[in-house]
Amino acid sequence: MSGKTLYDKIWDAHVAHEDEDGTSLLYIDRHLVHEVTSPQAFEGLRLAGRPVHAPDKTIAVPDHNVPTTLDRAKGIDNEESRIQVDALDKNARDFGINYYPVDDVRQGIVHIVGPEQGWTLPGMTVVCGDSHTATHGAFGALAHGIGTSEVEHVLATQTLIQQKSKNMKVEITGKLKPGVTAKDITLAVIGETGTAGGTGYVIEYCGEAIRDLSMEGRMTVCNMAIEGGARAGLIAPDETTFEYVKGRPHAPKGAQWEAALTWWKTLYSDDDAHWDKVITLKGEEIEPVVTWGTSPEDVLPISGKVPAPEDFKGGKVEAAKRALDYMGLQPGTPLDQIKVDAVFVGSCTNGRIEDLREVAKILKGRKVADGVRMMIVPGSGLVREQAEAEGLAEIFVEAGADWRLAGCSMCLAMNPDQLAPEERCASTSNRNFEGRQGFKGRTHLMSPAMAAAAAVTGHLTDVRDLT
Amino acid sequence: MDKFEKITGIAAPMPLVNIDTDMIIPKIFLKTIKRSGLGVNLFDEMRYDREGNENADFVLNKPQYRQAEILVAGDNFGCGSSREHAPWALGDFGIKAIVSTSFADIFFNNCFKNGILPIVLPQEQVDVLMADAEKGANARMSVDLENQLITTSDGVEIPFEVDAFRKHCLLNGLDDIGLTLEKKAAIDSFEAKAAQERPWV
Repeated sequence: MSGKTLYDKIWDAHVAHEDEDGTSLLYIDRHLVHEVTSPQAFEGLRLAGRPVHAPDKTIAVPDHNVPTTLDRAKGIDNEESRIQVDALDKNARDFGINYYPVDDVRQGIVHIVGPEQGWTLPGMTVVCGDSHTATHGAFGALAHGIGTSEVEHVLATQTLIQQKSKNMKVEITGKLKPGVTAKDITLAVIGETGTAGGTGYVIEYCGEAIRDLSMEGRMTVCNMAIEGGARAGLIAPDETTFEYVKGRPHAPKGAQWEAALTWWKTLYSDDDAHWDKVITLKGEEIEPVVTWGTSPEDVLPISGKVPAPEDFKGGKVEAAKRALDYMGLQPGTPLDQIKVDAVFVGSCTNGRIEDLREVAKILKGRKVADGVRMMIVPGSGLVREQAEAEGLAEIFVEAGADWRLAGCSMCLAMNPDQLAPEERCASTSNRNFEGRQGFKGRTHLMSPAMAAAAAVTGHLTDVRDLT
Repeated sequence: MDKFEKITGIAAPMPLVNIDTDMIIPKIFLKTIKRSGLGVNLFDEMRYDREGNENADFVLNKPQYRQAEILVAGDNFGCGSSREHAPWALGDFGIKAIVSTSFADIFFNNCFKNGILPIVLPQEQVDVLMADAEKGANARMSVDLENQLITTSDGVEIPFEVDAFRKHCLLNGLDDIGLTLEKKAAIDSFEAKAAQERPWV
């Protein structure tokens, strides 16, 4: 009998019931909730007269709709957004779940708040009505997005009906070159596999380049597992993980910490585990990358040129034609000559303290280029506080960037932070879909350092040219 | 949930690959606290211009496809955000089945929770159905879940696979939560055991 993968181990530890055909009830340790995908689920509970099964394992925070301007204490102007946030306030109160309201300094993007508060721990099952729940896989937790019907199912039963996925190993060997970051790794992997390459799999990221990453970097990598189509991304917990978790408000303490640590140290893939698919990239060959199109798989090194539709095959030819038209780009244009109008730093992909430090390194002593607006949005109120304590905020303001309050902001533009039609943005977020950052807005995805470099030069730029 | 009956209807061709859930239902429509009424905004940014006028060349605006009940779509349909508003909008428009070479995982699950049948077929067979859908309103395709069979307007029969449990739920319009609560004893005993083994959770 072959050994088990990390995914197999977490799965086995959470099966509450299994039918003969393998359909399982997977027990959920943490259920994160935000205001957009939950109102219909709570309404369903009310209609059926059902309580929340485990309110102590349910954590809610508004993030998608909240304004990120400094005057947000005055309330939300947009009526629909306000109603949605008010509904979460009421649901959290009525059902007695853990809650961080807009005016709580701990409020922020749900996938940043969960780890920050120690809700996310190794070996757990974590779900949220949000595809970027994959983020929490960085802790060696099985974490994935669910739809609203499943949100209601988890609220009512603390379980999910699941079929097991297949196992994929993505190994990044060796060391990254200077200027190359976790974001470049995760985009490079999607460039390799395509956005459907992970469909049906749970990915485990491993290898020296992954081990060398901080928890922040690991969260960036796992965050975009969903963009590769995978159900979840995982990284085995190690000393870096334990160090990050220790002492957080909801992390175990004392004897429970020791007991937890003993179990967490068994959470790795056995040498003889079976993999259904293996992908290996050499860390030293990964370049700083940017996207040129409207799918996260449209990735190229910054040294590259805008491709032509004929460079592709099958259905991708039409898609590339459409993407170039949408993005207003000509084939053959060097990527580093593409001018930008806006720069967005933030999101659950890159809104953590380490990301802000990377941005500050580039912005220090420099100015945001004329005609470019730069928005820097911390992932939580606590990240904001820390950035201010470390002097990063001063650097941002000095450079001419707009330093804002925590929220999802322009990652998906459900709030007032949006691109105007045809405005072009260097963005640290996760999706370059049509209309994602605003109607007809044009998004180029990249790392925080690359976004900062674009901000100071006014065009997409190899960050290594600036350092 | 409504039961999934055998359908015979118009199929609309959408060969574009990677149609994401932001395209299916843009975020401005996610601010609703209801499930209903999203059909009018299905594919909003492709279907209408900024003033709200219909784009005549968008497939669902063409007279022959306005009543479509089936979509034949390009690879990786429904990728991106987990928003269940996507199947809500499709269902509200009247779409009951979608055929593609692959679907994004969360969207695929969400369809079954809303009485919509996503069908995965190899490229060659999707090509046959795409060609059939291109024929317009006179070419009615049928989808028989019970017998797991699609029949084109020319009588070409294409069998498909579907998970047995999901098929059962769809055919009978079953509520997942009700089914799971029948297994409450198993959940309770799992919880008791887990509280012993992993008390920190």
